[in-house]
Amino acid sequence: MKLGALTLALLTPFALHAQESIIVQSTTSTANSGLYDYLLPIFTEETGITVNVVAVGTGQAIKNAANCDGDVLLVHAKPAEEKFVAEGGGTMRTDLMYNDFVIVGPAGDPAGVGGMTDVEAALKTISESGAIFASRGDDSGTHKKEVALWNAAGVDPKAGSGEWYRETGSGMGATLNAGIGMGAYVMTDRATWINFGNKQDYTIAVQGDEDMFNQYGVIPVNPAKCPNVNVDAAQSFADWLISAEGQEAIAGYKVDGQQLFFPNAPK
Amino acid sequence: MRDLGYVETLEHAMLPLTVSGLRLSFGGKTVLDGLDLSLTATGVTVIMGPNGAGKSQFLKLLHGLIAPDAGQIDWNGTPATRATARQALVFQKPVLLRRSVAANLDFVLKARGKDRSRRDALLDHVGLSDKARQPARRLSGGEAQRLALARALALDPEVLLLDEPTASLDPGSVLAIEAIIRDARTRGVKVILVTHDPGQARRLADEVVFLHRGRVAEHSSAETFFDRPRSTVARDFLDGRIVV
Amino acid sequence: MQDFGEAFALAFGLVLSPTGDLAEIVGLSLRVSLTATVLACLLGLPLGALLATARFRGRGAVLVFVNALMGLPPVVVGLLVYLSLSRAGPLGFLGLLYTSTAMIVAQTVLITPIVAALSRQILEDLNDEYAEQFRALCLTRWQSVQALLWDGRYALLTVALAGFGRAVAEVGAVMIVGGNIDHLTRVMTTAIALETSKGELALALALGMILMAIALGVNALVQSLRLSAERQAAHA
Repeated sequence: MKLGALTLALLTPFALHAQESIIVQSTTSTANSGLYDYLLPIFTEETGITVNVVAVGTGQAIKNAANCDGDVLLVHAKPAEEKFVAEGGGTMRTDLMYNDFVIVGPAGDPAGVGGMTDVEAALKTISESGAIFASRGDDSGTHKKEVALWNAAGVDPKAGSGEWYRETGSGMGATLNAGIGMGAYVMTDRATWINFGNKQDYTIAVQGDEDMFNQYGVIPVNPAKCPNVNVDAAQSFADWLISAEGQEAIAGYKVDGQQLFFPNAPK
Repeated sequence: MRDLGYVETLEHAMLPLTVSGLRLSFGGKTVLDGLDLSLTATGVTVIMGPNGAGKSQFLKLLHGLIAPDAGQIDWNGTPATRATARQALVFQKPVLLRRSVAANLDFVLKARGKDRSRRDALLDHVGLSDKARQPARRLSGGEAQRLALARALALDPEVLLLDEPTASLDPGSVLAIEAIIRDARTRGVKVILVTHDPGQARRLADEVVFLHRGRVAEHSSAETFFDRPRSTVARDFLDGRIVV
Repeated sequence: MQDFGEAFALAFGLVLSPTGDLAEIVGLSLRVSLTATVLACLLGLPLGALLATARFRGRGAVLVFVNALMGLPPVVVGLLVYLSLSRAGPLGFLGLLYTSTAMIVAQTVLITPIVAALSRQILEDLNDEYAEQFRALCLTRWQSVQALLWDGRYALLTVALAGFGRAVAEVGAVMIVGGNIDHLTRVMTTAIALETSKGELALALALGMILMAIALGVNALVQSLRLSAERQAAHA
């Protein structure tokens, strides 16, 4: 059959693997911020290793890595990451960098939290003001952080779920789009916010609290559990990220003159 | 690819045909009710009878397309269900493929392992050479029926079963189709023709089988049937009186 | 909303001076979805023909099942294919996850039921007309099926287009099994989803317009091929 031959011809080039490449299971915030577009070409030029990024929520990224569908995990949910390593999914977790979360809100600032630096107080004010708050609600790293902050503020937002507390169950970008659409406050990582193209009249309302720091970690997937892992390439990528050179590269990534990520790998 | 060349080397012909005790119900109605018939003669056998006498169903039974409720059809030792390939049936409304006239013939010649170079001769034989590349679906009624006949003849049938092939066609087409039937008869093909038209029966028949109420009411030579019909129903039919 | 005007301007700009990235994404979209369509036809048409011509016990149940599969959400197909192709899954050893082959597999799974169910309906109608004549001509089942497929070719082309349309427009399945990896598995729909999540709504809309233009182009191409074929058949 001619059609069959054509199909095979179309299929084969895709089935072959490219030279040396690894898959990074990553959180969306690092990908959406444009960090990889800046970092990866530098790494590839030095090592010849192609890095393919699958950007999903932290929860899904960890799950995918646990299924051996990746060589390196780069996410931001420390307890879940440590659990992943303890269960044998990864060889070792290393602090890589941090950025911080901010709460953005509409220009009118209906809850009157603009300029606050105490995040717990700000959250409490929002919950009492009747203003709307949009949450990721997707078990991602950002969502986990947000839940922890509500706990610290002593508020159970779930009680207002569907009323003033709206869980979108989607990614950061989709949640920002939805939140802005309904005039809600949204907690987002700063990198995503700076890069976000649909800000409309929104500005940062709450920032600067140490509790809102957002720690990223890097973990090579464990070859003992996943024999398909490209061990050497994965390790060299992780090593490069935490090396002086890699850390400098991370610090060098700026958007609109603002540094988005702050390297803090142990020396 | 199936080789049907064995047909030519077969020792025995399809005749005599012996039909005994044939019963068939159709849509809750008894169509054939213990029909017995024996055909020995070569040439054209015309089957006549009033509407609903089961003529079309009878042809399908003879061709092995449907099974009777009871009774036997015996083509000189071969049951009808295994005789299909040695016969050809032309329906009253020809079913043509959605492709050109020539491609309709190409298709059966190829499917049945026949010599495909015969296509042009067949088209010429039925007078459709100039329409060879036209879509078959755009032929007139008479042309479509001639193509159906060419397709039937392409199968080299020993028996040609024709179900009112000229019903509602113009006189010119009727004559052209009758000429093709006559030619097949001359070349030794056994023709079994269902028709409503006594004139056509007179022009073509060697013998006539008259069906009435699911049985054979009369089976005579053409001469006898038309000049001195032995059964009352046949006489009434020929006189134009309605037979129920 | 100034987004519409901006999107139109962006779309025109992109089409007039396409970047290498856009061409790559469009090319991959077309390759993946066209290949999936061809595969779905190779699988779905014989299945449709079989269901149209064969009578067997449980046929009714199979028909209901195949028709129901037409409504399969792409995300579910993506999940099923992901679970199969994942390193932890039964076909993990193939190493196909996050490749365009995985995307082709997912879209093929997605649209084969559409091709099978729609072609079954078309071929069954045709078969009702042809079946007795085919038996009178002593054709084998395979010969009958071939004739049905060929005579129904124009209607079946529309079926293939319906399958292609669904494949090229879906995002749920290719997102999960392809991973939306830049320069590797990024297609039009996943790029649109990405730009939307980045809040670049005008760019996302512009990409959507280009996707529509491509779908329109493919349909127009097939339609004109069909018309010229019909004209040739009528006048040659």
